[in-house]
Parts: sequence; C-alpha cells; structure tokens
Amino acid sequence: MLKCLKLFWAAAVLVLPVTVFAGDKLGLGRAALPEEIAAWDVDIRPNGAGLPAGSGDALYGEEVFADKCASCHGDFAEGVDNWPVLAGGFGTLGDKDPVKTVGSYWPYLSTVWDYVNRSMPFGEAQSLSADEVYAIVAYMLYSNDLVDEDFVLSDTNFAEFEMHNARGFVVDDRPETEYALWRAEPCMQDCKDRVEITMRASILDVTPDETAAERPEKSEAAEVAAAAPAAEKEAVVSPAVVDEAAASPELVAAGKKVFRKCKACHQVGPKAKSRSGPHLNNILGRGIGTIDGFRYSKAFKKAAEAGQVWDMAQLVSFLANPKKSIKGTKMSFSGLKKEKDIDAIIAYLNAEGA
Amino acid sequence: MEVPILKFTPNPQSRRAFLRGSAATMAGIVTAQAASGTQADPLITEVQDWASVTGDGVDATPYGLPIKFESDVVRRSVPWLTASPISSINFTPIHALDGTITPQGCAFERHHSGAIELSKSDYRLMVNGLVDQPLVFSYADLERLPRENHVYFCECAANTGMEWAGAQLNGVQFTHGMIHNMEYTGVSLRSVLQEAGLAAAGDLQDKWVYVEGADASSNGRSIPMEKALDDVLVAFKANGEALRKEHGYPVRVVVPGWEGNMWVKWLRRIEVMDGPVESREETSKYTDVLEDGTARKWTWVMDAKSVITSPSPQAPIQHGPGALVITGLAWSGHGSIKRVDISKDGGRNWETARLSNHESNKALARFYLEMDWQGEEMLLQARAMDETGYVQPSKQQLRELRGENSVYHNNCIQTWHVKPTGEVENVEVS
Repeated sequence: MLKCLKLFWAAAVLVLPVTVFAGDKLGLGRAALPEEIAAWDVDIRPNGAGLPAGSGDALYGEEVFADKCASCHGDFAEGVDNWPVLAGGFGTLGDKDPVKTVGSYWPYLSTVWDYVNRSMPFGEAQSLSADEVYAIVAYMLYSNDLVDEDFVLSDTNFAEFEMHNARGFVVDDRPETEYALWRAEPCMQDCKDRVEITMRASILDVTPDETAAERPEKSEAAEVAAAAPAAEKEAVVSPAVVDEAAASPELVAAGKKVFRKCKACHQVGPKAKSRSGPHLNNILGRGIGTIDGFRYSKAFKKAAEAGQVWDMAQLVSFLANPKKSIKGTKMSFSGLKKEKDIDAIIAYLNAEGA
Repeated sequence: MEVPILKFTPNPQSRRAFLRGSAATMAGIVTAQAASGTQADPLITEVQDWASVTGDGVDATPYGLPIKFESDVVRRSVPWLTASPISSINFTPIHALDGTITPQGCAFERHHSGAIELSKSDYRLMVNGLVDQPLVFSYADLERLPRENHVYFCECAANTGMEWAGAQLNGVQFTHGMIHNMEYTGVSLRSVLQEAGLAAAGDLQDKWVYVEGADASSNGRSIPMEKALDDVLVAFKANGEALRKEHGYPVRVVVPGWEGNMWVKWLRRIEVMDGPVESREETSKYTDVLEDGTARKWTWVMDAKSVITSPSPQAPIQHGPGALVITGLAWSGHGSIKRVDISKDGGRNWETARLSNHESNKALARFYLEMDWQGEEMLLQARAMDETGYVQPSKQQLRELRGENSVYHNNCIQTWHVKPTGEVENVEVS
C-alpha cells in the first residue's frame, strides 16, 4: 500500500515544480507505520473520502441516540439546557437569533459523521462503532425531517446527500466588503453632531459577581446544607460504608482519576452544582432522585416516590451497569467494568462530597 | 465557542466591582489623610513588622505564585454562557494587567473536552497525507529542529461576541478578555513539513494543512498551505517556560494573527491535504451569519481592535480629580499597530495616544494617554489603526454590513461611561 502511494506521488512530482525549501532535511522523526496512520488519520472529507464501510438506519440511530446522546441533546435532538440543539431551525438563519442546527446550518454531512465519530459522545469519545455512527447520522437527518425513518445511510450512498444549507456559505469577503471602506484616514474633530447613551450593561445585569473567586473553598452555608441530609439518612448507611469513607488516600486519588469519566455531566465537592447530571455530594445514603430542581427520568422519579436510597449495593450495581440497574435512566454512561474502579470512585465521592 | 445570546436571569444580589472599590476607599480614609500629609503617617513614623522581623527564606515557594494581595487578578468565567465548564471558556483579567505580555497563569482558557494531562514521554506528533514520507516525531525530536522566538496575541474569534446585540457584560475582562499575548518558543511548521518532504504534494498553491489535537474533542482545523509555510509555529514554550496544561502542554500550534480556535492544543497530527476537511469547527462554528442568513466561512484573520483596560468597569477611578492615566491594548492580525486614537466624548473628537511599543506584528501593543481629570463625565473610546491603514470600525459600521446575528469577529470600538464618582459602565452610544 505504502509503495503504491509512493509511486503515485512520484508520478505526480514529475509534472510539478517543487523545491520550496532551501534547507536540508535533518532526518528527524521516524517513518509512520501504516497501522499508526490508520489509527489516527480518521478525518472524513466532504466527498466522503475516509469513510469506513458500514451502514445504519434512522430507527436504529434513534435507539443509539436515546442511549448515548439524548441526556445532553434531548430525545428529539432539541438540546437540554445550554447543550446544542441539533434539529429544526429551518428558515431562521436570517432572523434575529438564528437557530443553527445540523439540519438548518451544517453544510456537509461528512462533518456530522466526522464529529460524532471522533468527538462524541461527550466524555466517552471514540467509543462508537462505524455502524452506530452511520445510524446516529441517519437519525440526525430523520430528526430534521430530511429523510424517512427507514432511511439507511452507508458509505455507498453518503456522497449523494446534499445538506439543506450547502450553498449558504461565502468565502471570507472582508477584503472587498469591509477593508476597502475602513482603510481610510479617520475623522479626528467634530465627527458627530451629538452623542447619546443608547444602552447600558447594568440594565441587563448579567455580569458575574467578581467576589466569587475570593470566596473561601467551603462556605458555612454550603457545609450546613450538605451536612443536613447526611444526618437524616444516617440510619440507612451500613457499616461497610463507614469503612469505605475512611478509604486510603491512594484509593481516593485513583477514584479522582476514574471520576474524569463522569465530570462532563456530574460535579462533586464544596462548589458542586447540578449540570446535565445531578451533583453527587453525599451520594451514599441520599435518596434516589431527590435533588431539587433536577429533571430526572421517569425511572428516577418512581424510585424517589418509593423512597429508594443510594445504599452501597444500589450504587455499586448502578455504577457497574446503569441501564440494567435502573431501567430508563437518562444517564448515557455505559458503566464501569472494573470492580476496583467502582471501589475507587465511591471512595472519592465519599471523600470529596462529604 | 458556543455563545447562546441572551438567556439569563438577572441577579440583583450581585455586588458590583465599583461598590467594593469605594468601600475599600472609605476604609482607607485615615491612611489617605496621612498620605496627604495632614497628619504624620504611621507607616513612616512607626517601625513596621516587615522592617524589623525577617521575611520568607529562599525556597519558601520553589515555584512562585503572585503575592496574596493580588488574589483578585484571576481568570473568571461567565457560567451562563456554556453548558459545562469542560467545554467552555474563561477570561484574562486584562483590567488588572499592564505591559503587553500575559502571564500564563491568568491567560484565558478555552477547552472543548477539558484540559488533558499529556506528558512529553507519551507525546507523539504524526505528519502524514501528501508528504514524501509520513513521520512520527517524539517531543525530543521537535527540540532538535531550529528554534524561533516570537511574541503573538491569541484571540478567540468570539471575543466581544456577547456585545453584538448590545452592551451586556460590565467588565473589560468579560467583553475583551478572550485574548492573551505570549512569547512563544517553537519550531516553524515549515521545518516540520520539510522533514516529511512536500514534493509529493505537487503544486502547493491549492494544498492545505490539517492540524488536530490529542484531546477527546479532537479539535481540528484546516490551514491553507501559504499560511502554513509562512509563520505558523509548532510551539512548546511560552514566556520562557513550558506551556501550561490548559494551553496545550506539551505542544500547540501558533497561527499568528488568526483566530484562536486554529491554535490547536495538544497537537498530535499534521496532515497535508488537497482541500480543507470542513471540520465541525470550521463549518458549524467559527462561521459568521450575516443579516440575510448566508454565512461567511474561512474568516481566519483577526482584524484590528483596541480597548481601554483602565479606567474600565472593573478598574474605576478611585484617586479623585487630577492626574489620570488612560491605558489599554491594541492589536491586529494584519501586522503592527501604527496608531491608537482616544475619544473622551463618545467619538465626536479624538486625540492620539502614546504607544509604548512600536513593533507589534500580530502582537499586543500597549497605549497610554495621560490627562487631567476634574470629575467630568466621559464616554471613553479607543480606535486602533494598523500598518495596512485599516481603522477599527464602530459597532454601527459593523452592524450595517453584518447585521446583529454574528457571534464571532466583533472588533468594534468599545465605549466606557466614566461617571463623576469615577465609576465606569459599559455602554453603547449613538
């Protein structure tokens, strides 16, 4: 394969002028192996170049999307909180506050495939199979009403698909439209008749409070608030949990590393807030689905009504396989496969979120 | 970056910087009287602790941090801007800095999947695509190429993006703080490509270089070959020391004068191509929607821009009438800043400020204008002119051509309303 490419390039070189550089090569670096290039060179071009063989339909895509994407992007790709909206927005690009979605704005389907394949799901990137990516991309088109639900996207029909906004872009024309106007000697005296204030930032009042950076790590109020539920639930905490709470610093440190898989959605610690996942302070012994204001799945609401609690057994089972442990959870994470990771993360949550 | 324009909840409890400032002034009145010479100053007449007992020994802090009195000079974020701090941005405290170099520790951060820890020993850089010999470099290999040092600004294309629709954030840190300016040590991208050989690429005029990061976002941008061979750096040091984790340790790309998103951090791969990838960050993001709904793409260059950093909402005038130093920053992706004009009356009349550095090719220039302030209200503006003669436009000029729906590339003239109390507010003027 390498040889073939080399021959091709050598042929190309014959007809083209080269020698851009004066300097000699230093001979640094080593030859990249074909399997190394294959592992890293996975970008997809607008004409579909780089796509692996495979296929997926919108129906399967909907399933995968619900499983792996919907916790941030919503079941219908409508976007949760500040996470990107992926569907709809057609005809809004000229409006005030245009809705720029995959359907209304993205010019190339290859970009969707490339991005989902390399960068998604958030916090678990590069974990999807090629067929799953085809299916998710097919679902993206379906959720934008661009194809029917039985639409199958594959490497063979990929290049045929033209996106809605494919012709909506112009290459940077500032040199013609702007620079010509603004490369002129500016006015220095009596440039305007009068000047009036037309808007003030204080009216919106959206500037962050600067004192935030100076606050002590743990405010008293936060400590009191955090301590209260733990005290109420003390009775349900098993002795095993107490042992766990006194876990070794090494285990806590290991848990901190494992928590990187979680922190895209969850926070723990004195400043923790609920984001796309609820905060995890005092998780052991906490009632399931009990963080005020967090939009839980039906499954969690049911567990809350039944008074279920995050005891050790429940937490271990959920961390190992969330979807099996609580059917219907919105959490897209597939679970921790190693027991030691589960032990470590519980130790970390106890240490950090107590 | 994603900048959802205007979904917020007013926060009446938030304390304004100025109030904090004036409270501090009140507390300092006794000292002020002493300092003004009406009463002997105990700081002079009495032996102070620091003049008597000894201070810290060497090695008290093997790597020094700013003294505690400077603890408010920190990066800050605007939580309502983004869904998660893992994919978000914060802002350089430019209101509290002077000179032109930004210390790494308070230089703004922008991550798409969080700042990763990648050691030099685990670092690999692949060069592939239309090259004679695809290569893998170690970190040590990169240090054996000829090194260069250059000072460049790095500005996020979304800097000032929240101000398109109107005066919104009351602090220059938030309106203009997605910028930093460092001295980079690195090797030219040209020299790295040369090792792999570009004969295979043939005519270089229509070729592109794709750069890609090693983090989970795998951020990648396509750079036209002409720029890649011109002044792009593969950098590993900033301000003399290793890049910080949050700025791409151990290796990032430096694309002088062009939008920050292209300065790919944790650089892992360079691919020579016959066209752009049209990645997510160069199609769905970092493109500019115009009034009619069409969008500009490949708007890489950051046009000339300036802003007064003091006085400003976070740096009010607290010293009362008399001598006042107006200062700020100016920069252009097209080259050096040649002139900065300042208006005190909202753009009716202008006077030329003093540049502290005349060489500022794609780097920050610092300007000063000294004045005698007698408590009059001012509408302060700065207007930069670069070496191409481009003059920084007003917000109205930008809106007339682009509408209000752009997010990126807002380089408009900023107005600060200075009140008789010395308080300063972000405003828009007619």
